Amino acid sequence: MSPEPPLISRGASAPQDADRSTVPPDGRPLAEQPKWRRDFPIDWPQDEYVSRRDLVKFICLTSVAFVVGQFWIVGKSLFGRREAALPALAIADVDELPIGGAKTFRYPEGSTPRLLVRTGAATFVAYDQQCTHLLCPIVPAHREGMGVAASERGLELHCPCHNGWFDLETGRPLAGPPRRPLPRVSVEVRGSIVYATGVEEPAA
Amino acid sequence: MKHRPAFSDERAPGRRPPFVRAQRMTIVNGILLFVVLIVILQLWLLTATMNAYLGGDTGVVWPAALASLVCLGLNAGLLWYLYRLD
Ligand code: FES
Repeated sequence: MSPEPPLISRGASAPQDADRSTVPPDGRPLAEQPKWRRDFPIDWPQDEYVSRRDLVKFICLTSVAFVVGQFWIVGKSLFGRREAALPALAIADVDELPIGGAKTFRYPEGSTPRLLVRTGAATFVAYDQQCTHLLCPIVPAHREGMGVAASERGLELHCPCHNGWFDLETGRPLAGPPRRPLPRVSVEVRGSIVYATGVEEPAA
Repeated sequence: MKHRPAFSDERAPGRRPPFVRAQRMTIVNGILLFVVLIVILQLWLLTATMNAYLGGDTGVVWPAALASLVCLGLNAGLLWYLYRLD
């Protein structure tokens, strides 16, 4: 039986000769390799090169996915915040609510509950009643703390679940866990009736 | 009969690639490093943009998308270079 030819790796005389030899992954000569490896002595360095190149290709695919995600956000920002065109719906009588009073309604019919709050003699605001943190129902309330008495602070929207607070005029989060504003329902007072006229879709 | 280890060099004998395999291995490792860094940058861009967008700030959406596109262009260029090596 003829001995195994020496395996040439990095130290070959001509650099190109190194390309024509193979070295097992653990660097030991072929004779010391397990039988399955001796039976199929593939070109291991080339195999490693190709798998690295494939990894680069795969990461480039991930890169494509990130770009798609970015443009999805662009699309959402262009088309996501449109006011849905909905027919106006009578939701309350002006005299039905005292200033600071609130009432829930559904708009459009079958939607999640919305909250209408009377903020002045003829001014109303309305929002989705679900907190943007974990969907608990919000209520109008006065906030205490930070040296200000509850009665001195204006009315705000309160989520009792985790003590979240929203601004009554804009729906923006003020305190607590919520990070996103409440989706707004636009309202209009015509005569003595309050109408809901549109819904601002949430951003996501 | 002399037993020789197999190798998969099936190119025409006269045609040599510009780099030997050890050099190509170094190049592919370097490119891998760059591509990974760029993809991490893209991941950061995506999360930061999503965060800003959900917070109501839509001003960063376009610049971030274009920056991500430039990153993809860099990655594609590096991959193209790698395929041109052999
Ligand atoms: S659900 Fe409203 S603060 Fe958590």
